[in-house]
Amino acid sequence: MTSLDFWTPGDEVSVRDAFGRILSYMADQRADWVLLDADVAGGTGAKPLVNSHPDRVMQFGIAEQNMMAASAGVADTGLIPVVSTFAAFGCMRAHEQFRTAVAYAGRNVKLCCSHIGLDVGPDGATAQMLEDLATMRAIPGVTVISPADANEFMLAFQAILDHEGPVYMRIGRSPTPVVYDASHRFEIGRAHRIRDGRSVSVFATGVMVARALAAADVLAKDGIDVRVVNVSTIKPIDQQEVVSAAQETAGIVTAEDHNILGGLGGAVAECLAEHSPAPMRFVGVRDTFGKSGEHDELPALFGIDSEAIIKACRELTE
Amino acid sequence: MNLNDLNAIANRIRSGSIQAIYNARSGHPGGCLSIAEMLAVLYFDEMNVRPDQPNWLGRDRFILSKGHACPAYYIALGMKGYFAEEEALTLRKIDSRMEGHPDVRIPGVDAPSGSLGMGLSQGLGMALGGRFQNMDFRTFVLLGDGDMQEGNTWEAIMAAGHHKVSSLTALYDANKLQGDASVADQMNMGDVAAKVQEFGWQVLSIDGHSIEDIQEALATARSCTDKPTFIVADTVKGKGVSFMENVLRWHGSVTMTDEELHASLIELGVN
Repeated sequence: MTSLDFWTPGDEVSVRDAFGRILSYMADQRADWVLLDADVAGGTGAKPLVNSHPDRVMQFGIAEQNMMAASAGVADTGLIPVVSTFAAFGCMRAHEQFRTAVAYAGRNVKLCCSHIGLDVGPDGATAQMLEDLATMRAIPGVTVISPADANEFMLAFQAILDHEGPVYMRIGRSPTPVVYDASHRFEIGRAHRIRDGRSVSVFATGVMVARALAAADVLAKDGIDVRVVNVSTIKPIDQQEVVSAAQETAGIVTAEDHNILGGLGGAVAECLAEHSPAPMRFVGVRDTFGKSGEHDELPALFGIDSEAIIKACRELTE
Repeated sequence: MNLNDLNAIANRIRSGSIQAIYNARSGHPGGCLSIAEMLAVLYFDEMNVRPDQPNWLGRDRFILSKGHACPAYYIALGMKGYFAEEEALTLRKIDSRMEGHPDVRIPGVDAPSGSLGMGLSQGLGMALGGRFQNMDFRTFVLLGDGDMQEGNTWEAIMAAGHHKVSSLTALYDANKLQGDASVADQMNMGDVAAKVQEFGWQVLSIDGHSIEDIQEALATARSCTDKPTFIVADTVKGKGVSFMENVLRWHGSVTMTDEELHASLIELGVN
């Protein structure tokens, strides 16, 4: 693949499709990386690479602990391993292998996991990883990324290959509105203010970015001027953007398809508490497990839809 | 290197380990003493390494998966010239690089270990990365009884056999005692050699304290081009210090008395 096509803003695209597309493209651009798969390339979106460049795939079967620890060894030989599996396996089952073999040794491993959040849908609670941002963020030296849409994912993937050090990145599953066009500039560690506003701020990540933008449209009709910030790098958190929002608006609503404990909300709260205390509201799954249901039914049931963001913004502006 | 010299190195690895653990007031002597000959042969007879260039990409690699035996490993690395041998005696100290378990910041250490079960996978990854890039280095992983009880190790055995990773050699220090009991009593693993062979490995059984046995097994591993090699090394935990041999207490972590130190060093021929 010699040219990279981006999707059109407004299209509904699964980030998994972006994963397959960028893998095949980057395989022709760079020879210095390999994909490590544990028999789930069909599920993570990596299948196009398996078909187009089978020589770039190392297969581990359904044995993620071995795959993760092996990735550290692969990195030791100068190759960049892109490790891909479902988040429950990559971020929990093989968490210690990632911590000790990869992160403690400072290995240049890129862990890209699908099946994150309620976004997983019908597979239900065991597959809906709602704790990955918390578990990965707690490991020293790890960069944690959660792109807003398919286009940003492809830009972020190129950035993490250029970045030296261990990275964890989320891959969404459900068709999600494309927010960015090809001109978007992704930079690790920089949050992106998509919409400026002076009333209240919403810091959103992943699928919640499009929902935050929809919420801002509704609130604008009531004269509430919402700042919407896409936090695609959860760690390191963009401290300057958080502090600016605290000082320039009534408070911050965080919005994530993740447990409210330890993820984006936690990262923003830690930053505020130390540098610029401000009122907050947390939109996320409220310390419970998920359940089966369609990806467009679950957000309302668990309070992570646009309505929940609207309600939280109103509370902070009353 | 000749037999006498390699045996002398093994002896020095033993006495150095004892001295380092005594200095640290904690550490695991039994499992250091059982691997001394294997370390001596690997670093002084078998492996192609450059101590002045520890991260040379083309080097042979070694992983001490049973990371708690690192006092012996550090002594071997010091003798090989990665750092001053005396530094290995600063084990576990706040101002020392000699971590309580292996750390890649220590020159010559190729992988972190100490959490059992991850070493063979890391070695497999190194071997696969080398094969992918047509590099001809070899990878050696030293496993203990505890490693063989971890599921992660068996995942690696399955994958290395499946992918016929012939540049990978595992040495299993079967000293038959684990932390709180004998392996047979605590969690008997049955016929490990037969199980590994069933996963597609070349399996060799040797006396883990015989320099010649170790040399011959490593040569057999080198000449095999379609399978990884698994060497079951029959060893004695605490080997070389009579009051430590086959005694559970010396698995560690132990604080040694002055009398125990001196008695050990006398047995090892050091004053």
